[in-house]
Amino acid sequence: MEFSEYKNLWVFIETDDGKAVSGGLELLNPGAQLAHRLGQQVVAVILGKSNDEAEKTAIAYGADSVISVEDDDYEAYSTEGYTYGLVQLVEKYKPSILMIGATIIGRDLGPRLACRLKTGLTADCTELDVDTETGHVAWTRPAFGGNLMATIMCERTRPQMGTVRPGVFKKIAPDASRTAKISKERISVPEGQIRTKLIESIREAVAEMVKLEDAEIIVSGGRGLGGPEGFETVIKPLADALGGAVGASRAAVDSGWIPHVHQVGQTGKTVAPKIYIACGISGAIQHLAGMSGADCIIAVNKDPDAPIFGVADYGIVGDLYQILPAMTAEIKKLKT
Amino acid sequence: MNIAVCVKQVPDTTQVKIDPVTNTLIREGIPSILNPFDGFALEMALRMKDQSDGTVTVISMGPAQAEAVLRESMAVGADDAYLVSGRAFGGSDTLATSYILSCAVKAVEENRGAKFDVVFCGKQAIDGDTGQVGPEMAEHLNYAQITYATEVLSCADGKVQIRKETADGYDVLEAVMPVVVSVTKTPFELRFPTVKKRLAANRAQIPVITPEDMEAKSQIDLACCGLKGSPTKVKKSFTPVRSKICNIVEEDSPSASAVRLIAILSNDKRI
Repeated sequence: MEFSEYKNLWVFIETDDGKAVSGGLELLNPGAQLAHRLGQQVVAVILGKSNDEAEKTAIAYGADSVISVEDDDYEAYSTEGYTYGLVQLVEKYKPSILMIGATIIGRDLGPRLACRLKTGLTADCTELDVDTETGHVAWTRPAFGGNLMATIMCERTRPQMGTVRPGVFKKIAPDASRTAKISKERISVPEGQIRTKLIESIREAVAEMVKLEDAEIIVSGGRGLGGPEGFETVIKPLADALGGAVGASRAAVDSGWIPHVHQVGQTGKTVAPKIYIACGISGAIQHLAGMSGADCIIAVNKDPDAPIFGVADYGIVGDLYQILPAMTAEIKKLKT
Repeated sequence: MNIAVCVKQVPDTTQVKIDPVTNTLIREGIPSILNPFDGFALEMALRMKDQSDGTVTVISMGPAQAEAVLRESMAVGADDAYLVSGRAFGGSDTLATSYILSCAVKAVEENRGAKFDVVFCGKQAIDGDTGQVGPEMAEHLNYAQITYATEVLSCADGKVQIRKETADGYDVLEAVMPVVVSVTKTPFELRFPTVKKRLAANRAQIPVITPEDMEAKSQIDLACCGLKGSPTKVKKSFTPVRSKICNIVEEDSPSASAVRLIAILSNDKRI
């Protein structure tokens, strides 16, 4: 394999109903930094039925150029359709690096694509670096339930691929005046390639959805709440007063106190809000893996030795049922 | 219906502790368990067997001691089991592992004289946490794939309908069999073993598929296995550093502490 033929860093831009989703867009920022250190470009790659809007969004968020494939075959995501299209593009353009957001779709697509390309893929990365001499990306990721970090390289094959955990990297402020070259490609998926069929797609009501990933403030509850009521009586009022969202630890979710969509941690969502308030959460490493990227962490726990205090900026040791209502009242006072 | 389930023996990572002095993982004394997601996959396979009167075969790649999870699987109702084991397989990354497993699936099919209709696996193992082996195995086998599966809804005319998780709800996908299905957490926990099946499982002979056997039968290319078949290399590993200094806010009463904390946040313009 002649490595010099391979250049540029690609970011797969996942779309939902023609709109680019955060999981891919936010990779344009670290992607641009790595690519520019190598003297290369960050390229947004979009497959869809109609990509105008997603192309504009990708450029506003920092893509140096765009490769766009439009065809009815890509209207809905399918593993085999998207794999087919991307393999054609990789063979034509030969990217050196290919990043995919580690969303449900990204983690379905990434390994299928990497295996067809017979190249290495590193899963669910949280730190990225590049060796500018060799062009090898250093992909760092948590393993062992978040207890261990591993740095992985793919030194013998190209493209080097990784899925990157959503919520870890931040998007740049969009600039709608940016312009970039858009290369349009026509690739139809041959008959019989796609062996799955979408029968129905159910979206839970938007009002029910918790946009934890986008929240600037998150108030999370854990086992220390002692029961489901605490979410209604103390957690949600504080979150509402702060204009934030409600999160939860795995212990609270597994106890059936609150639905899984609220879960933060290794098997839940990764969040990076400005303020994260952990209430009655001991701070198991699996939980820390999902929230340690927050700018400011506040812990409220009755156990002064709880590991959560080891990652918190501020802490109060005591009964959350006394502390949280007092915080809520004080915030309301400030706002009036 | 011929159903295969790929299972892995893993350390119970929820019980892993970090040595506070050396800041390294304490691996000793950590129990080995059946990967929890593989338990959900096995239960899904057993439910499918209950409905369609088929067989469930479990396959595990790992050291000799991984036989324990195969016996555990038989004790809850799997019909037969194969261990895929040998030095040449050590050090495999996900591309190599999925290749070996795909070759093992074909070797077991030859051995049993029947093709599998569905190959189940857990969505990820809790030690590696990659979630890549299922889809990569589907590609090596050239089968369709469905990931994040939560329930088999129907199975007829060579097609299976499966409900799967999506970012904001769920999809129902229909796949042409054979298909690789990777399973996430479902409401259906793995059933308990029966005494009779447990005794039979303890006595069962579990065939071991070795790299040498597979090579002799031209079932595998050993150049694609182990370290030399792995495009990715772990360059270093380390325990995450957590070295923040927490400012404990402590006033005369809990509510006074709360008021003080809000004042600090407000002064810092954080709220």
